[in-house]
Amino acid sequence: MTTPRIELRHVSKTFSGIEHAVPALKDISFKVMPGEFVTIIGASGSGKSTLFNLCVGLLEPDEGEILIDGERPDNRAGMVGYMPQRDLLLPWRSVLDNVLIPLEIQGIPRRESRQRALEMLSHFGLETFEKEYPSALSGGMRQRAALLRTWLMGRSTLLLDEPFGALDALTRKELQNWLLKVWQEFGRTVMFITHDVEEAVYLADRVIVLSARPGEIKRELKIDLPRPRRQRMIAEPDFGKLVRELLTELGVDV
Amino acid sequence: MNWRRDIVPPTALIAILIIGWYFVAKVSGLSSFILPTPLDVIQAGWETRALLLNAIGTTLLATGIGLVLALITGIGIAALVDFWPLAHRALYPILVVSQTIQILAIAPILIIWFGFGVTPTILIVVLFCFFPLAISTADGLTSSDPELIALLRAMGAKKWQIWRMVRMPSALPSFFSGLRLAVTYSVVAATIGEWVGGSPGLGLYMLKSKNALATDQVFVAMFITSLLSVGLFMLVYGIERLALPWYHSTQRTEQWDDLGIY
Ligand SMILES: Nc1ncnc2c1ncn2[C@@H]1O[C@H](COP(=O)(O)OP(=O)(O)O)[C@@H](O)[C@H]1O
Ligand SMILES: [Mg+2]
Repeated sequence: MTTPRIELRHVSKTFSGIEHAVPALKDISFKVMPGEFVTIIGASGSGKSTLFNLCVGLLEPDEGEILIDGERPDNRAGMVGYMPQRDLLLPWRSVLDNVLIPLEIQGIPRRESRQRALEMLSHFGLETFEKEYPSALSGGMRQRAALLRTWLMGRSTLLLDEPFGALDALTRKELQNWLLKVWQEFGRTVMFITHDVEEAVYLADRVIVLSARPGEIKRELKIDLPRPRRQRMIAEPDFGKLVRELLTELGVDV
Repeated sequence: MNWRRDIVPPTALIAILIIGWYFVAKVSGLSSFILPTPLDVIQAGWETRALLLNAIGTTLLATGIGLVLALITGIGIAALVDFWPLAHRALYPILVVSQTIQILAIAPILIIWFGFGVTPTILIVVLFCFFPLAISTADGLTSSDPELIALLRAMGAKKWQIWRMVRMPSALPSFFSGLRLAVTYSVVAATIGEWVGGSPGLGLYMLKSKNALATDQVFVAMFITSLLSVGLFMLVYGIERLALPWYHSTQRTEQWDDLGIY
């Protein structure tokens, strides 16, 4: 039996707010298998980002346990690749120096880490931007840089928190296709947060639906659409059926 | 810097002021030890040039040493209050009070303690300059984006790595604003120290000129003090532009240019 990359067992998290406690997640259990692409969808405030913060060790669960590659480490920091909702590029570093941050943290010599980064720049469509400061980049390019930075952490699992949330529709579709391409080429495991139903279906092997606050798993939906995915599939009946099902589950479409 | 936009207007205004001063001094018929003309001032400077050059050297040396010590103290205090919240609460009020102390009162005390020499002057420079440095550096250190710090922690960064990669660079713009303020005060602070302590330098030159009713020389000392201050300011500004190219990048100026009134 293969070990899940990430496994949550009955995880709950409540924030002690200023006025009253805010329950963010309640009794969350799921597994993500190697090579899988799982999207997580839920209304804003349903605890999606909190879920990731728990997985990367920025937060500790009140109850339950989190397993990474079958182990329960004391400190999960640095064990999975993580891309937060904002791109958070350092304005004082060039694109290249930004994507090198995780390797610098791991203490890899600069020559070697530069080599690794330069090899990947073209896969991420950034080869002409390596010397630019982030302020000179468009939104789409900034997201690519942030993704490459996550990628270069070198972890087999990537947690991406609404990476395309702030992009225009066309750039978003372009990056969706590109992400699927690199995912298939390099065979990593991806957990991907979105609040866009179409995006959730288009990318995923499996969609996890979170309820409104406190976030509970309402539904897991297997997406059996063929790969490679094509944008024109969005217009096909199978796709539409899945989208409708999710909309109903989210209570948007009555 | 744009030559026509940034250099010409102040230069023109200064020229107009000097010409105006010349005519007021001429027309009013005031004697030159009440209001010397610009030409008197230039002449006085030229005649005492040997003395002046010496004084400038001495003052700049005291200023430089004082600034270095102020940098060490200021950054040290900022780092201390950053690492240790208790120190922040304990020190902050004292730091503010330290800036309300009358320098004219403390200067003679420093002379009693440290004698007539360069030491009191240096200490006065430190007293003037460490405060803006400490405050601006401390503010800069607290200004770093908490989400950036969280990201680096999630990537497994150690505390000192977060310091080096995020906290120090994001403190630099604020640190440099403090440094610009500090160097602007520093020369004046040194001359005050010299004046009160009667120790060699521009301050003493000014004191002696005043006692001799050589008003034109007082003006000379005043202008040279200003020139040195402005020079130091420009020097720091230049260093800042080199050290923070990302902060002064062209996009930034283009973005904010010509906003007009808002
Ligand atoms: N550090 C925190 N402290 C207190 N409350 C928090 C914190 N982080 C998130 N929350 C609260 O938890 C809930 C879930 O937040 P979040 O996980 O960011 O939701 P989502 O990413 O799905 O929009 C929200 O109500 C939010 O206000
Ligand atoms: Mg979120």
